[in-house]
Amino acid sequence: MTNNTTMPRIKVDAVGKIFDSGTQAVQAIKHIDLDVHENEFVSIVGTSGCGKSTLLNMIGGLDEPTSGDILIDGVSVDGPGRNRGFVFQSYSLFEWMTVQGNIRFALEKSNFSKAEKDELVAHFVQAVGLSGFENSYPKQLSGGMRQRVAIARALVYKPSILLMDEPFGALDAQTRGMMQELLLKVWEDHKVTVLFVTHDVDEAIFLADRVVVLCSSPGLVKRTIDIELERPRNFDIVTTAQFGEYKRDIMADIREETLKVMAMEKHDER
Amino acid sequence: MQPKTTKAQIRKKPKSGLFRLREDIPSGLYSALGFIIPAVLIFLWWLVTYLGLVKPLFLPSPVAVLAEGWRQVTEGILFADASVSFYRITIGWLAATVVAVPIGILMGNFRIIEGSLGPLISTMRYMPVVALIPLSILWAGIGDAQKILILFLGTFFQQALMIMDNVKNIDMNLIRAGQTLGFSNSEILRRVILPAASPGIWDTFRITIGWTWTYLVVAELVAASDGLGRRIMDAQRYLATDTILFGTLFIGVLGLLTDYAFNKSGLRFFRWNSDKR
Ligand SMILES: Nc1ncnc2c1ncn2[C@@H]1O[C@H](COP(=O)(O)OP(=O)(O)O)[C@@H](O)[C@H]1O
Ligand SMILES: [Mg+2]
Repeated sequence: MTNNTTMPRIKVDAVGKIFDSGTQAVQAIKHIDLDVHENEFVSIVGTSGCGKSTLLNMIGGLDEPTSGDILIDGVSVDGPGRNRGFVFQSYSLFEWMTVQGNIRFALEKSNFSKAEKDELVAHFVQAVGLSGFENSYPKQLSGGMRQRVAIARALVYKPSILLMDEPFGALDAQTRGMMQELLLKVWEDHKVTVLFVTHDVDEAIFLADRVVVLCSSPGLVKRTIDIELERPRNFDIVTTAQFGEYKRDIMADIREETLKVMAMEKHDER
Repeated sequence: MQPKTTKAQIRKKPKSGLFRLREDIPSGLYSALGFIIPAVLIFLWWLVTYLGLVKPLFLPSPVAVLAEGWRQVTEGILFADASVSFYRITIGWLAATVVAVPIGILMGNFRIIEGSLGPLISTMRYMPVVALIPLSILWAGIGDAQKILILFLGTFFQQALMIMDNVKNIDMNLIRAGQTLGFSNSEILRRVILPAASPGIWDTFRITIGWTWTYLVVAELVAASDGLGRRIMDAQRYLATDTILFGTLFIGVLGLLTDYAFNKSGLRFFRWNSDKR
């Protein structure tokens, strides 16, 4: 899927990030290079604390790298922009707005006409399977339904990139499986570039064209694996031998990293 | 040897009971208890005085206290006192709130403002308001302004800190969501942070107006000729314990009603915050 002749949609160029509170400095990311191409679906996995959220936040413009640069369509990222949509792990919905209200709020800064906005809202309510719940408040919805609102809200203004930070991490296994299939369908229908952070290896492989495994503290890319499973995918694919092989490789990488972290922590204790 | 546990014994374990951790009890019972316990206490109070175990000077009977209340109603004192006190409470609390809301919100969102005002306000809130009465008279005279100033001082500092916490308690990702959707800082403040924090802020209102009530006697301690607190202080001079008890209980009831009003209107204003389907 990678196409080296065109400009990457997202280019992470020698990015490093140090959180410096004045009293203490944490190196969250040491050095990451990563190209993501148009309409590609890339998963990022790694042990907790390895800098996944930090990387995604910087691509989203919510945080700045301390070294290196992040380019979107060749332009250096300077703050959040409407070419990117973001879905967070916590249900970050505006609880005082209805389902429709949440999605519509995202269109406020767009130049669409009122009729176009109505149509977009209606389209995305339907695309994420929330017809009939337009006027419900988030508190009345289940976790899976809330994340569907969040996905609709992040896509309704037609960004070219969707950034997702463990969006299904808080859901139960059944719901998560359904949400993954829904996400793939939405992605195939709407063609966006997706960068998907997760610590669930099955999820990473099932969804992605490419899985990026991050090294634990400080963040480095340990390995990138192209996932050559045919699309469209359905859940049977997780039982295939090929899927099993990908999973074994990635699990081995992550296990190695986890052991490293544990050894380091032991060392710190002494 | 260990005692045998049979299935029947296991089943015997009470599945229902009134003392299960965090479990609900019948709602009728729950509300009834709120009346029964005070009623029992009043009965005991009556019994102690009826049997003459305590001199009326130290503890007047509930009947005497009620009679005192009735006297105040018929002589029109109670209504006059209550309205002037109510006015002071309302203005004092509103004045505190009008200042505390913006300051609390700014402190909760901007570290520079929290750093500038936080330590000062945290210190001021321990300030004994009673000790400031002489100064408050110098500053604000002996009229209503002085009473309102005392109520303001008793309420403001706590309230500002609590509102700061209300604002800080909202999920950071809500703010981030606003940023990714292209909203400016001031739009996010008004349209994301404020509504998200509003149920918490409303609860702070409910709690702090209760505190304003508790400062009423302090506010009317000096240079007042009327008010519920004044009535109690005057009664002290003549050891009119029935007046003291009636006044104290009456302030308690008014405080409770205010609490109830805030609670009910909060549920109405913030329907979206209830998880009832
Ligand atoms: N705002 C911050 N200030 C200081 N340290 C941070 C901050 N955000 C993250 N970190 C640190 O950076 C590292 C990477 O964090 P994060 O990107 O959240 O990891 P992940 O999402 O992979 O679990 C962790 O060690 C974390 O403690
Ligand atoms: Mg994270």
